[in-house]
Amino acid sequence: MAINWFKYSSPASFYSLAGKMIPLFAAAAIILLIMGLYVGFFVAPTDFQQGEAYRIIFIHVPAAWMSMFLYVVMACWAGFGLAFNTRLSSMMATAIAPTGAMFTFLALWTGSLWGKPMWGTWWVWDARLTSELILLFLYIGFMSLQAAIDDPRRADKAGAIIALVGVVNIPIIYFSVQWWNTLHQGASVSVNQAPAMASTMLMGMLIMVFASWMYSIAVILKRVRIIILERESHTAWVAELQKEGVV
Amino acid sequence: MFLWIIKRDLLLAVRRRSDVLITLFFFVIVVSLFPLSVGPEMNLLRTMAPGVVWVAALLASMLSLNRMFSSDYQDGTLEQMLISPQSLSFLVLGKTLAHWLVTGLPLVLMAPVLGIQYDLPGDALFVLVISLLIGTPVLSLIGAIGAALTLGLRGGGVLVSLLVLPLYIPILIFGSGAVEANMAGVDFAAHLSLIGAFFFVSLVFAPWVAAWSLRVSLE
Repeated sequence: MAINWFKYSSPASFYSLAGKMIPLFAAAAIILLIMGLYVGFFVAPTDFQQGEAYRIIFIHVPAAWMSMFLYVVMACWAGFGLAFNTRLSSMMATAIAPTGAMFTFLALWTGSLWGKPMWGTWWVWDARLTSELILLFLYIGFMSLQAAIDDPRRADKAGAIIALVGVVNIPIIYFSVQWWNTLHQGASVSVNQAPAMASTMLMGMLIMVFASWMYSIAVILKRVRIIILERESHTAWVAELQKEGVV
Repeated sequence: MFLWIIKRDLLLAVRRRSDVLITLFFFVIVVSLFPLSVGPEMNLLRTMAPGVVWVAALLASMLSLNRMFSSDYQDGTLEQMLISPQSLSFLVLGKTLAHWLVTGLPLVLMAPVLGIQYDLPGDALFVLVISLLIGTPVLSLIGAIGAALTLGLRGGGVLVSLLVLPLYIPILIFGSGAVEANMAGVDFAAHLSLIGAFFFVSLVFAPWVAAWSLRVSLE
């Protein structure tokens, strides 16, 4: 049986596939979000050291994971776009960037909200915090480079190069920041010693992680659909959609 | 061809000396601003000196990145280089080297004078110069990628800083770290070795990526 692996690499066929997938992922995101928040706020016990304030991890940890994971996914799509010259891959990379930047910002924001009652300060120059901040800079660099280039093909390729350079640099930056941090001994608090977590806490967190995944997929597909429409607006199939009044 | 490019870029720089001097004076002015803003207390200044000099060097070398390709782009020389049978990576390497000789090397030579202003001891000055000597070529190499990507874009100057500064962070950490380690009486060789590693890695990959970026920008 011959499978056409590349059927959905064409924006036109992917557009309709994405349209069918969005409701599924959005529904899964909403259900998981409600479940996760319920477990997080009502089922999980109060932490005896941190009190109620620890509950912010149900947002913070998923956001931090997604922020890093999405950058790698974005760089992968950008790399595919550069290597195989597939338009859709580059559109995916463009669509992922704002969601990734949002999660990075969310992780920093909730982190500082958590830091104030725990450490007594909004911000410490800890290795993790600093590299998360630098990750936000990398996202912003990627998005502003793409925004500055008018020609979409050049924007795709230039963005891909900077995303790949960034993904190579992330480990270097992370380890240099960590070393810098241990050299300076500035922050007396340590984020690394996580005490054993109650299983309901862990479950709530994992459900929230899945909820963020589903949310990200739904939003990214929605955004990629809009990008497809924008870029393919000169084609016949988009004109047909317009005639039918779908878009 | 490689030497020819270096010779040509240096000749252009000598003919237009102001470009070189602007970068150098920018460096000097930024470094001199810090005592005026935080106060002339010598102990404070001495601890700040490595960081201040390094940040100023970072900004100064970034400021001059735009000129690496833009004049060649405007008069069409760059397109000729692109279609020449020579390897584009080598041409980019030549241009980067010329850029470093024109903007990086003067900073390295100027740094001891600024260090004296901050009352750095003699061997710390020496480490500062060495770290800048190995580190500034890396800045030019990584910067070449940013300069190639933002070629001919509106607002390219600000954009290149947004792209390149996060990538400069490791160099900054280990460059100023080497001097601080020396002042604290700790061995600083590890820092210099790491900057050296960055130098060799970027020497191999950065011209190649920058050449690729030039092709993207000019196609």
